[in-house]
Order: sequence, then C-alpha cells, then structure tokens
Amino acid sequence: MRDLLTLLRQSLAGLRVLLAATLLVGVAYPLAVTGIAQAVSPWRANGSLVTADGDRTTDPGEAVGSALLGQGVDDAGLFQPRPSAAGDGWDPLATAGSNLGPESPELLALVEERRTEVAAREGVDPADVPPDALTASASGLDPHVSQEYAALQVPRVAAAQGLAEDEVRALVAEHTSGRTLGVLGEPHVDVLGLNIAVLGAAGEGD
Amino acid sequence: MSAVVPAVGQVLVLVAVLALAVPLLGRHLARTYTSADHLGIERVAYRALRLDPDADQHWRTYALSVLGFSLVGILALQALGRLQQHLPFSLGFGALPADGAWNTAVSFVTNTNWQWYSGEAALGHLAQASGLTVQNFVSAASGMAVAAAFARALARSEAGGRIGNFWTDLVRGVVRVLLPVALVSAVLLVLLGVVQNLHAPRVVSTLTGGEQSVTGGPVASQEAIKELGTNGGGFYNANSAHPFENPTPLSNLLEIGLMLLVPLAMAWAFGLIVGDRRQGAAVLGAMGGLFLVGVTLLTWAEMAGPGTVPEAAGGALEGKELRFGTAGSALFAAATTGTSTGAVNAMHDSLTAPGGGVAMFGMLLGEVSPGGVGSGLYGMLVLAVVTVFVAGLMVGRTPEYLGKKIGQREIVLVAGYVLTTPFLVLVGTAVALSVPAGLAGLQEDGPHGLSEALYAVASASNNNGSAFGGLTSGTPFWNTLLGVCMLLGRFLPMVLVLALAGRFATAKRLPAGAGTLPTHRPLFVVLLVGVALVVVGLTFVPVLVLGPIVESLS
Repeated sequence: MRDLLTLLRQSLAGLRVLLAATLLVGVAYPLAVTGIAQAVSPWRANGSLVTADGDRTTDPGEAVGSALLGQGVDDAGLFQPRPSAAGDGWDPLATAGSNLGPESPELLALVEERRTEVAAREGVDPADVPPDALTASASGLDPHVSQEYAALQVPRVAAAQGLAEDEVRALVAEHTSGRTLGVLGEPHVDVLGLNIAVLGAAGEGD
Repeated sequence: MSAVVPAVGQVLVLVAVLALAVPLLGRHLARTYTSADHLGIERVAYRALRLDPDADQHWRTYALSVLGFSLVGILALQALGRLQQHLPFSLGFGALPADGAWNTAVSFVTNTNWQWYSGEAALGHLAQASGLTVQNFVSAASGMAVAAAFARALARSEAGGRIGNFWTDLVRGVVRVLLPVALVSAVLLVLLGVVQNLHAPRVVSTLTGGEQSVTGGPVASQEAIKELGTNGGGFYNANSAHPFENPTPLSNLLEIGLMLLVPLAMAWAFGLIVGDRRQGAAVLGAMGGLFLVGVTLLTWAEMAGPGTVPEAAGGALEGKELRFGTAGSALFAAATTGTSTGAVNAMHDSLTAPGGGVAMFGMLLGEVSPGGVGSGLYGMLVLAVVTVFVAGLMVGRTPEYLGKKIGQREIVLVAGYVLTTPFLVLVGTAVALSVPAGLAGLQEDGPHGLSEALYAVASASNNNGSAFGGLTSGTPFWNTLLGVCMLLGRFLPMVLVLALAGRFATAKRLPAGAGTLPTHRPLFVVLLVGVALVVVGLTFVPVLVLGPIVESLS
C-alpha cells in the first residue's frame, strides 16, 4: 500500500519531468538543430537537390532529384542503378530492402533473372555481371553502383549518346568516389551525377 | 587481400577515436553522477518541478521513480499515437491502431525502438520529434541513472540502502551529457548530408521524367540521439541505410562511434566512481574484447559470403548499401547488436547465415558487448558478480566484489537477472511458433523462418530493436507479444539490479584481504568473458542450432 502511494507520487513527479523534457528535447532541441542546419547548410538540410545542369538547388520545382537518393532511370541510353525493393522501385515513401534471406529460392530466382536481363542489355557474358547489379540495396534508394557495373555499361551508353567510350569512361572516373580516409566504405559511382554529365556532354556534341 | 586492409583499417580508426573520447567522457560522467553541485538551469528546473534534488532515495523509492516515470511515458506516447490526426505536422497520417500504439509506446520507453511501422508512412513530424525523440533522450538517461546508482552503491558503505536520487540522475544525464553531445553530433550529421527540415514530402520530376517524393523531417536531431542513446528507431523505415539518415562512409563511422561511446564511457566512469580506475578498465576490457570478436566474425562472414544466394550473385550485397560496402555494413551490424541500439545500415534478414547468427548472439549475450548506455554496464557488473561467485566456488573462498560480500540473497537477485531474458526469449519464441497468428508473420519457411521469429523475440526481450525485417510484425499478436517482452525485459532486470544495489549500499565495504580475488587483472577479464559466453551459450545453443547453424550448414 505504501509502495502504491509512492508510485503514484513518483508518477506525478514523472509527469512534470516528462512535460519539461518534452519542451527541452522534444521542441527546443529539434527546432534549434533545424535553425542551425538551415543557416549553416540549407542545401544539405533540405535534401541535397540538384538541377538538370547538375547545380545545387533548394527548389523542388527546378530539381531533377536529390544527389543522395537513387532514382529509377527510364532511358535505355543512360546508366542504370541497382535493383530497388522500395515500393514499386525507388519510392522514398516506402523505403525498404527485400529482406529475403541467403537461402531464399525467391531471391535466387530474382538474381538469375536479373543476371540474364543485364547480360542481354549490355551484350556481355552473364558471368561478367557484378554482384551489385544482381542485388537490391538496403534502402531501395542506393544512389551508387560499383565501378565494375559502371564500366560494364559504358559501351551501351556511349553508343546511345553518340559519345566516344573514352569520354564516357572519363565521366565515370569523375563521378567515382574512393574509400574515405582510404579505409571507410567501398569505391562507388554516383549514378545521377554521372547521367547528368553524360546528357550534358551529349548535348554539347549536337 | 586488398579488401581486408580497409576492413581492418576502419576498425583501427574507430578504436583510435574511441580511445581518445571514452576516458574524456568517462571522467565527465563520473563527475555528473557524483557531484554535489547543481547547474543554474538545473536548480531552476528542480524548483519549477517541485523536486528535491538532494534527497537520497532508498533503492525501493528509486525503483518506483523509474517505474512511475516510465509508466507516464508509455501512457503519454500511446496517447500521442492514438491522437496523431489532431496534431500539427501530422502530414495527414491517421491514428495508430491500439495494438500498434501500445507496441510503439513500450518500444521507445524501454529504449528498444522496435518498429512495426514504417516511419515515412505512419508518423508525422510532431509525433517523431516531440514523442519519440523525447523518449530517446529520457529512456537512455533512465538506463544510465540505474547504472550510475549501482556503481555508487558499490562505492558506499553502510548507507542503509540509499543509492542517490533518480530525478537528479535523470536531469543531469540529459542536460550535462546527452543533449550537448547530441546537439554537436546532429550538426555534424547535417554537414555530412543528413536532412533537417519540417517539410512534407516534396515531389520532384526526375531526370528521365518520372516522379519521386523527396521526404523531409527533423532527421538529424533524431539520428544523433538515436545512436548516442543506443535507441535505434529510424526516422525512415530503411533506418540508417537511408541516404538521408546516413549519407556517407564518414557519417557511417560517426554513427557507429556514437553507439559505442556512452556504454564504454560508463564503464570508465564506473572505475572512477568506485575509486579504482583499474576496475573500470577491466569491465571495459571485457566489453571491448567481446565486441571485437563479434566484429571479426561478422566481417569475415559477410566478406566471405557463404550461402546459396551470395555465391550465386558473387557477393553478399543483398540488403547492403554500396557506399558502406560489406565491411562497413558488418561493422555497423556488430555495433548495433553489441550495443542495444538496433539501428541498421543493412537489412539483417539478408545477412549471411553465420553473419545473422553472430548478430543474434550479440543480442542474446544480454547486450554487454558493450551493451546499452546503462544496461551494458549494469549487465556486465551482474556478470562480474556471477564470475566472483563461480571463482569463489572453485577455490573455496567467500566471494566478494569490490569489498562487498556476495551472500545468498545477492545470488538470488543475480540469478533472477540472468534468467529473465532467456526465459522471455525462449518462451516467447515458443509461443510465437505454436500459434497460427505467430506463424502467419514469418516470411520464410524452415530454419530461416525460425531465425526470423527468434531474432524478433530476442531483439524485443533484450531491448535491441533491430529485426529480420521479413517478419510481418504489425499484427495484434506480434505487437502484443513483443510489447510484453520489451516491458518485462527492461523493467524486471532493472528492479533486480536496484534491489542488488540496495543490498550493496547497506553492506559494509570490506578492505581487500589475502583471500580476495583481484577483479582488475587480465585473468579476471578472461574469466568474465568466459562466464558471459558459457551462461548464454548453454541457454541458447539448442535454438541457435535449429536456426542459423542449420542454415549455415545447409
């Protein structure tokens, strides 16, 4: 009985503390971070949007996407991203991986299907298709492909855009990031930035 | 070989950063939880909240304060979920269902952050920032408070069961530790690309003429405390795999470091509080040793990529982000399951069978490698008591830890602690697998299906929060079961730890004698690690054999 009274009294104290905490870390803290973020780096804080010319913008009306988010590429003449399991593909309102396990027959079938598709599209031996082209990312919004997958796509993109393969290869290199500090992460190629550059180069040639 | 060098290199960078930060923060933590002085802002708060910050609470009152505060937190969060449609910044989302609101409320108050829902499709900005973010702070501070109280109790002598003041510990944990570190980290995350705004999703027309909704939200502020407080609840469904939560390899390392920072620093603080730095170093050594073993095994598993699909694809990249790579994903997975965070930067359901097994084992260890911000330390100290007891039995000495005799009552409390989570995990999994409503949630059959259920119940009972995401857990059955597991898995051990603290605070602190087992030597660290592995190993080997081990061998 005495414990019950103590619990009640402590719960009331808890309610007061919770309200105070809500004001401090539930309202003031997120607003303070928002204020600082919008002042210090509005471009990043608002989603790292880029225009068709590759310029930074904070206006979604003139953006073609976010430099951080992968997007579906509905053009056979451009670099293709990794498979996506987010909604119907590349949907930031339904971010997800496939969650299929390493022994899943369903995933195995998907991998084989993708291998055939990519090999046919790029005109290469199915054994040469790299793993990132066969597997869905964790977020479904992976904006990158491996250097191998990018290299595989160079001849097709170059032909479609009327560019020299070496020129496209140079653009791939320009949009490749190595490991941070030499040890963090893996080398990766930014697909959206690369496609914008490819379209830009093709436009100049016309 | 070329891939192994960076895999080892990233761990070395992490260790170097932590070696600088942990003693610094540890010293600050020790001062935070022992100083008699109050900051100006704290005084104002205590007066406004009508609290006496200097009242030295009996362990029973301390425990009731923890429980009362958590009870209020659960009710408030549940109300927020049920009434979301009436709140500003709700983005048009409706109320959560009753079982879902219960699960989420318990999940965030218990520092689990299990998420049955998908953030971008269920919760508005206000519910996230003013509901979930608040609990990210205070549930972490509650855990730290209990651990600090336990350390203080060991340092006291004949204090009549008094262990300090919960409200003071709570307020200080937030104001002096979590808030300043989170604020700096959140700004760093923004500079690396994490979003921080109050926008609803904004539609852009993509390069090839499609449409994509670019989501917004106060993400950086939540991301920072989510890792720092070992909470783990993602703003978005994809959690730290989402480029807006974790945009670069550098942000990935920062987030991993934040998860490990407080649990390790609490061990350092423990040494300072009991007045013997070596005792803290020994606990830190056991935590760090277990963690590095986990990292090594998980990284090996993911880089070797055994299993039908990884072999067919040429690498274990399903459910991984390319910018982190296999090594960066494995390190994150080991950190998130070794601490009680539960954030993910790769989908654990798609880890290789041995990799997923190591992640599961990290949780089953009871989250002591290095564990949650508070639960890691008190979990490890309970195991230290078991260790001196076992060692005492072997050599026929009266067991004592830091000058406190370990008698029958102490061992009963310790046994209760050690048995709680295994009981919840095994019984919970058995229940889930015996009823159709439980089985209905599994995505896959056979051993992987068992792993999905086991992982979920282990994650909930140990307050981790990560998942084998193939499990459909947003059903009344799973929401209720996992809610119960989270609740009991958090508060039963906490109350037992506080009761043990009460006994230690009452007892006289004896000077070390010739018969005392030194608890700061490498030998003790090895014994401690051995006890942790044996206790967990013996409990869980049968079910692990049926799940990840069978899958690895198939």
